[in-house]
Amino acid sequence: MANTTTATTTAPAVTTKPTTFAAALNTAMSDAMEGDRSVCVFGEDVGTLGGVFRITDGLTQRFGADRCFDTPLAESGIAGMATGMAINGMRPVIEMQFDAFAYPALEQIFSHIAKTANRSRGRVRLPLVIRIPYGGGVGGVEHHCDSSEAYYAHTPGLKIYTPATVSDAYLMLREAIDSPDPVIFFEPKKLYWTKEAVDLSALRTQYEDAAQDESAPSAGVGAEGRAVVVREGTDVSLISYGPSVSTALKAAEAAAEDGISAEVLDLRSIVPFDDAALEATVTKTGRAVVIAEAQGFVSVAAEIVARIQERSFHSLSSPVKRVTGFDIPYPSPKLEEHHLPSVDRILDALDELQWED
Amino acid sequence: MTSETRDGTPIQGSHIKETSSSFGITPEQYMLPAAQQIRMLDPEGKLIPEAAQGTSPGHEYPIPEDDALLAAYEALVVGRRVNDQNYALVRQGRLAVYPSSHGQEACQVGAALALGTGDWMFPTYRDTVATITRGVDPLEVMVSFRGDWHCGYDPLQYKIAALSTPLTTQLLHAVGVAHAAKLRGEDTVVLAMCGDGATSEGDFHEALNFAAVFEVPVVFFVQNNGYAISVPLSAQTAAPSLAHKAIGYGMAGEQVDGNDMVAVLATLRRAVDLARKNSMPLLLEAITYRMQAHTNADDDSRYRESAEVEQWKQRDPLLRMRTFLTERGVLDAEAETRISGKAEDVAAALRLAMTTEPEMNPLEIFDHVYAAPTAQLREQRAKLADELERSQEG
Ligand SMILES: Cc1ncc(C[n+]2csc(CCOP(=O)(O)OP(=O)(O)O)c2C)c(N)n1
Ligand SMILES: [Mg+2]
Repeated sequence: MANTTTATTTAPAVTTKPTTFAAALNTAMSDAMEGDRSVCVFGEDVGTLGGVFRITDGLTQRFGADRCFDTPLAESGIAGMATGMAINGMRPVIEMQFDAFAYPALEQIFSHIAKTANRSRGRVRLPLVIRIPYGGGVGGVEHHCDSSEAYYAHTPGLKIYTPATVSDAYLMLREAIDSPDPVIFFEPKKLYWTKEAVDLSALRTQYEDAAQDESAPSAGVGAEGRAVVVREGTDVSLISYGPSVSTALKAAEAAAEDGISAEVLDLRSIVPFDDAALEATVTKTGRAVVIAEAQGFVSVAAEIVARIQERSFHSLSSPVKRVTGFDIPYPSPKLEEHHLPSVDRILDALDELQWED
Repeated sequence: MTSETRDGTPIQGSHIKETSSSFGITPEQYMLPAAQQIRMLDPEGKLIPEAAQGTSPGHEYPIPEDDALLAAYEALVVGRRVNDQNYALVRQGRLAVYPSSHGQEACQVGAALALGTGDWMFPTYRDTVATITRGVDPLEVMVSFRGDWHCGYDPLQYKIAALSTPLTTQLLHAVGVAHAAKLRGEDTVVLAMCGDGATSEGDFHEALNFAAVFEVPVVFFVQNNGYAISVPLSAQTAAPSLAHKAIGYGMAGEQVDGNDMVAVLATLRRAVDLARKNSMPLLLEAITYRMQAHTNADDDSRYRESAEVEQWKQRDPLLRMRTFLTERGVLDAEAETRISGKAEDVAAALRLAMTTEPEMNPLEIFDHVYAAPTAQLREQRAKLADELERSQEG
């Protein structure tokens, strides 16, 4: 797929009744299951209950227990069985109940899911999706709020998507399910109940038409490897993804009142990474602040700063800043507000940028 | 007859009930291994009278037909010869590493021969003989030990997964392959292999549990060679035997003399049949011994007595089978000559292939990571291509 330098927002869908992020994910799975018998969904409590976040609600009732089912409680087992099913012609979509509960599956993910295609010289591909609700901001207790994307992003062979809008939730999950490569699909859990006026059946048509189009650069809308500018600006670029995009947008709003025009880039896909879009926005504004919930040390945010430095150094009018979580284990619910990147902290970072030559 | 667990909930899997009652025994009697390991040949290779083979109702194993036994012997001889060849190649520095199969050939030959062409096998690093017996060219198996690429054969073509190194991770893939087949109504059986030490890994437990819960036809085949590198089995488990673990998952377990080619083939065949017919998993533990060090890099004198190794020489699977088949009149001098000639041919072809260095394309390291390389990998590939070009010029 080709990267575009002039990223723009996803084509707006027909405005209709408010749709939640959760419903978009649910519909993406059911639409994919309807179109392809090899798509199946499994994990812990995803069947009768519909998942602890209800993202798989109704799939068992609609498609039967062969296609959406509960497994014994064993995350390595879930990932390992999905690997075998993908070897044998299926497209499994598995759910990890929470970010930190995916850790028992890491050996399967790192040693096999990421490496099978390479090991077999491309003869065996694993078209599977691992859905992980991640991030904080929902008052979750320990083990329920990790931003674990860097562990996976550091592992070649995996693709990492994380949608920030309701329409991207639908389109990117469809794209992940259709991908020939394994995709770790990070769902910002604080966005599950956010609503946007989105017509999911129109999105379905849009996605499926694009997927049909052989001349299209990649399936669907091609969110893979394509960041999108969600707010135009000229003075500084706020680079973010997943749960931090909405925070970045609020900060841009607030900065505008102070006379600073901030552009906001939503990465959408961490792997593959859209260097071209990053270069384009930094070249345009000359300043950048990277915003992410995860602890900053050896993080995706650190990687982004390094890439800006390597590729866009001469466009910079200021050192690049980061606003990330602190380098601590995720704090308890009453303290998480101090940890998470906030509008104020982003505004402080903007203040610290170099504004005069 | 018990058909419920002790808290009154029905036993998961009606197949256990049906299968055990078809043998006229209780589910417990069916799931627990027979009182002694199944053995058909004594250490000298003489056929043991049926009453002393360790069989009992529900644990009966018909002796395979002579043709199958002769084919197994041939595979033993070829396997032993390839193993010896690999040992020599390691010493010559032509292989980076080689985990020896010597002593365990009966288990590995049995594993390959018990399966049908549509079935799948999930071997470990130690299972070279199983892999070549199922039809992979020895050179293709050696590609990974020579250091050319991580796997040298096409898993989909042979229905043999890449030799797995992370212990027992592959058992779950076996369950997944079987589950996918079952959902499509296919009767594929999957043979999932691991060693004794590996049964301590979490994925061993998860795989057996998943297989039993999803009622998929996976035969778990453990080659108990007594050691995990240096650590003896007594330091891995307090269970009466590894086969006893089966009942904890609601499946049948059996223990077999792994150096008895006849018993291994008989038990594996029946396990594969039962798995296919009743769509259920089974666990088979084969008692065997690794005659050489763990790999060429290992020094086994640090953890075992040479007297122990000598003792196991008396139970050599190949010699036992040769004696048995000769006395049975299945193996004559002519067949012996033909078989050893074939083994020499296979070894010679491998030797010859190993003397030529393969053409490697360093740029290929970027090509299979994703279905289409990312922009970043394309950039890195170009950088390496440029380096290579400059080093050729220079
Ligand atoms: C997850 C994992 N841990 C450790 C190792 C290193 N290792 C390779 S083989 C081995 C011993 C395995 O023993 P066993 O399962 O009895 O098989 P054997 O080698 O005797 O055939 C160990 C510890 C590994 N390959 N994978
Ligand atoms: Mg062992």
